[in-house]
Amino acid sequence: MERIPILKMGPFLLVTIQVDLYDRLALTLENDLINMVSKTEAKGVLIDISAVSIVDSFMGRILGNIASMSKIMDAATVVVGMQPAVAITLVELGLTLAGVHTALDVEQGMELLRNKIGQLDTDEEGLYDSFI
Amino acid sequence: MIVLSKEKLSIQKEQDVVLFRNRIKELATKIGMSLVNQTKLITAASELVRNMLRYGGGGITQLEIVSKNSIPGVRLVFADEGPGIKDVTLAMKDGYSTGKSLGLGLPGAKRLVNEFDIKSEPGKGTTVTIIRWKNGL
Repeated sequence: MERIPILKMGPFLLVTIQVDLYDRLALTLENDLINMVSKTEAKGVLIDISAVSIVDSFMGRILGNIASMSKIMDAATVVVGMQPAVAITLVELGLTLAGVHTALDVEQGMELLRNKIGQLDTDEEGLYDSFI
Repeated sequence: MIVLSKEKLSIQKEQDVVLFRNRIKELATKIGMSLVNQTKLITAASELVRNMLRYGGGGITQLEIVSKNSIPGVRLVFADEGPGIKDVTLAMKDGYSTGKSLGLGLPGAKRLVNEFDIKSEPGKGTTVTIIRWKNGL
């Protein structure tokens, strides 16, 4: 079965989605990620969707689920690299991804996660926007 | 309205959806549709094809390049022979779902395209037709 790889980087888990998602693949990712958070005691999850050209209501819901589940497991989730066309479409579709933190790229996402777990000063917090 | 090209694709399993989305992208690119409009069209199609698989048990999609007043567009038809929708007006409301979803599929898809038509008869199936024009707002 096809799977999306999850990499461990220090206290964080890193997922780069390089293929266009279909429902089962997204569900498998949700499952794998939550198991990994529990197994590795990760403090943060970073999901890079810069190569994803379509996010519909189902995949949007999966992203929201991952964020909520991780939060319950004491890990923060950041979704990075959303293509502008995808963002425009998501909002028009009616999906606001409330509760999901976002950043423009992996670097900013990592910094956001580091801030979240308090390894850095919180001075730079203003740089990051949540997806409203 | 003139039909410039027409093809059919059967959707029976989730993996067919990926192929279907790619084919729409090819057609939309061919008529020079902008990336944002392409994304909206494909996202709407993704919602509708999921409904077709989940509630209609799969079905047949028709992909066409059409032209009206020399403006090209992509028309997609989703036809299933599933149980149909009892109350179409209710199904078109935001947040209504008989499944466990967010209930954004149908109303969301409608917002993402220029023309949207749904016909459903309980016991006979559902047919949804959408059009996104090349320069449509």
